[in-house]
Amino acid sequence: MRHLLSTRGLARDEVVDLLDVAEGMADVERREVRKLPTLRGRTVVNLFLEDSTRTRISFEAAAKRLSADVINFAAKGSSVSKGESLKDTAQTLAAMGADAVVLRHPASGAAQVLAQSGWIDAAVVNAGDGTHEHPTQALLDAFTIRRRLHGADARGRDLDSVEIAIVGDVLHSRVARSNVWLLTALGARVRLCAPATLLPIGVGGWPVETDLHLDDALAHRPDVVMMLRIQAERMDAAYFPTAREYAREWGLDDARFGRLPEATMVMHPGPMNRGLEISARAADSAASTVLEQVANGVSIRMAVLYLALAGEHGRAPEVAEVGA
Amino acid sequence: MRLHIAGAVIPDGRRADILVVDGRIAEVGDRVDAGAATRIDADGLVALPGLVDLHTHLREPGAEQSETVLSGSRAAAAGGYTAVFAMANTQPVADTAGVVEQVHALGARHGIVDVRPVGAVTVGLAGERLAEIGAMARSRARVSVFSDDGHCVADAQLMRRALEYVATFDGVVAQHAQEPRLTQGAQMNESQLSGELGLRGWPAVAEESIVARDVLLAHHVGARLHVCHVSTAGTVDVLRWAKARGIEVTAEVTPHHLLLTEELVRGYDPRYKVNPPLRSADDVEALRAALADGTIDVVATDHAPHPPEAKECAWDEAANGMVGLETALSVVQRAVVEDGRMDWADIARVMSTAPARIGRLGGYDAPLAPGAPAHLALVDPSALRVIDTGHLVGRSANSPYLGATLPGAVVATVHAGRPTVLDGRVLDGGSDDADAGVAPRG
Repeated sequence: MRHLLSTRGLARDEVVDLLDVAEGMADVERREVRKLPTLRGRTVVNLFLEDSTRTRISFEAAAKRLSADVINFAAKGSSVSKGESLKDTAQTLAAMGADAVVLRHPASGAAQVLAQSGWIDAAVVNAGDGTHEHPTQALLDAFTIRRRLHGADARGRDLDSVEIAIVGDVLHSRVARSNVWLLTALGARVRLCAPATLLPIGVGGWPVETDLHLDDALAHRPDVVMMLRIQAERMDAAYFPTAREYAREWGLDDARFGRLPEATMVMHPGPMNRGLEISARAADSAASTVLEQVANGVSIRMAVLYLALAGEHGRAPEVAEVGA
Repeated sequence: MRLHIAGAVIPDGRRADILVVDGRIAEVGDRVDAGAATRIDADGLVALPGLVDLHTHLREPGAEQSETVLSGSRAAAAGGYTAVFAMANTQPVADTAGVVEQVHALGARHGIVDVRPVGAVTVGLAGERLAEIGAMARSRARVSVFSDDGHCVADAQLMRRALEYVATFDGVVAQHAQEPRLTQGAQMNESQLSGELGLRGWPAVAEESIVARDVLLAHHVGARLHVCHVSTAGTVDVLRWAKARGIEVTAEVTPHHLLLTEELVRGYDPRYKVNPPLRSADDVEALRAALADGTIDVVATDHAPHPPEAKECAWDEAANGMVGLETALSVVQRAVVEDGRMDWADIARVMSTAPARIGRLGGYDAPLAPGAPAHLALVDPSALRVIDTGHLVGRSANSPYLGATLPGAVVATVHAGRPTVLDGRVLDGGSDDADAGVAPRG
């Protein structure tokens, strides 16, 4: 894997292998010394040109557990906020010898532009580009679902026939897009649920079902309900009238949560708006995977950095060591 | 000066010699009495009337790093053009007699093509109050086309007044049809692809609704309307309906909307970012058919030069626009000539006669008639070129065709009897201060 730019086009076997590597990384978490020497001497730059503390520290933790040197480069207070272009920033990082760039950018496609630009010869990992994709989030979601379903037997498994409902602001969600491609590649059946204002034009051509009402989506008894964060500013742009109406129609409130079968997983990529798209009771329940998602995020990002960097120079795989 | 163009195929399909004397067509026929004339061997070449571009951005004054009147004139000549209409979105905006006279004078001084300034409809292109349209029409630049191009005259009442007031001076409003609220922050055609790519959509209805409104307004007040860069099948339907009703509307399509589709956006390469955006294959087909059947009157380039930094960035941050003067004829040949849909007489109409008529530009009505000004483009339709930066003689290289193979090549251009291009090379056409010290692009 040279870069990880999107989940679209990833093949089932490729994803299963990546999730299996992440299982190995998760095993490291249980060891006394939670650190591997794999990426010693390699430099990972977290280039975050849009605020995101959660994703950035997850990548930072992942890189450090693989013994990489980590440089954090954020938009605020940097030359980027003074108008420096992505090109100049990238060339600066190249001159510093970055081996991998983890890029969060407000513009869709920015990671792809960086990867194909020739400005820098580093592995590019997309940590969220505009409203396009957030592939490591989808990978950690798939990993979380697989672990919940199969526990210690998760290795080698896909998500064949698992029913997953993704609810909320699909239009603006890079998490939803990455999950649609990834989860369907793994054999899952995905339903998207949102008011028509928050579904993209042309969603009928995606490999998903769509429901306009949450109760209709839940009536299909999905195995997983993934709630997306709703942003308050969408109200101003007339995507829906009020937060109250949104919560009533599309929120996983206590009543709807109470009607879910016990085995149904409740997921949320965070940060949550409690009381808006998800009730506190649902978020804090045993059904909720929110904290597992955070923990699994580090394992997934270790796997991605490992495959992008250690694989690249044809080094002997150190997965054996990982799994030891 | 006498010019003997020997053995060209003229638009009606005949093979003829053309004799040019003192800037005018003297004789067209089997055997002309050339006398002591400069001879251009045009064996195998098509002699088109000099091309006229109703929609060019020359960037001077204000953005001379992208293009100047001189560099844009040279780019136009390279593409077979002998006249260009220079859009008003310069800095300062061409909304006064002073600015349009300056642009006009620069064009006349270089003398490579006729440069006809377009005047702004509203002051500063701000869409709030009318610019001094009468002063521009009566200036030495004799402005006859008014446009806020880049911005839509969105206010319905202001558009109505503009149509009426411009008609008073026998001008035409060239509308950039884009409903602003429907396209806030828009990045590409709204479609399944925009949803997948996470790029904010520019829906076809934002163009079609404005065109529908404007043809009704033009009909109501009895004024002419010209629609810039038509990009959707729905707009074609509206135009067809309006023309059937006898409404005085004309329309243009760009070469890129005749050839390229939104699929190119998939790689997020900002070279393909343009406004209006590249549309679907169905739209491209509808535009080709509309150009062939006359629903769309002209091809206009929307030549929009930008410096490298405006395109070497993320998609959202990139500028809209493509250069197009140098490649327009080749793209049109690929889009509508190769498949037999249009012949060279049709191309002469949509790229020369019709745009000149819409822009009230004299001398293009009967291009090969004795006594007509000698504006000609000699084209080798059998040529096949891999487009590289060497083919782009303007200041900017933001072409979507770099690396593409296109048919046809302009071998010579004659402006008012004087060759501006020979053997495919633009002849030295003077220099301006802004050009001094600029190294040629590789």
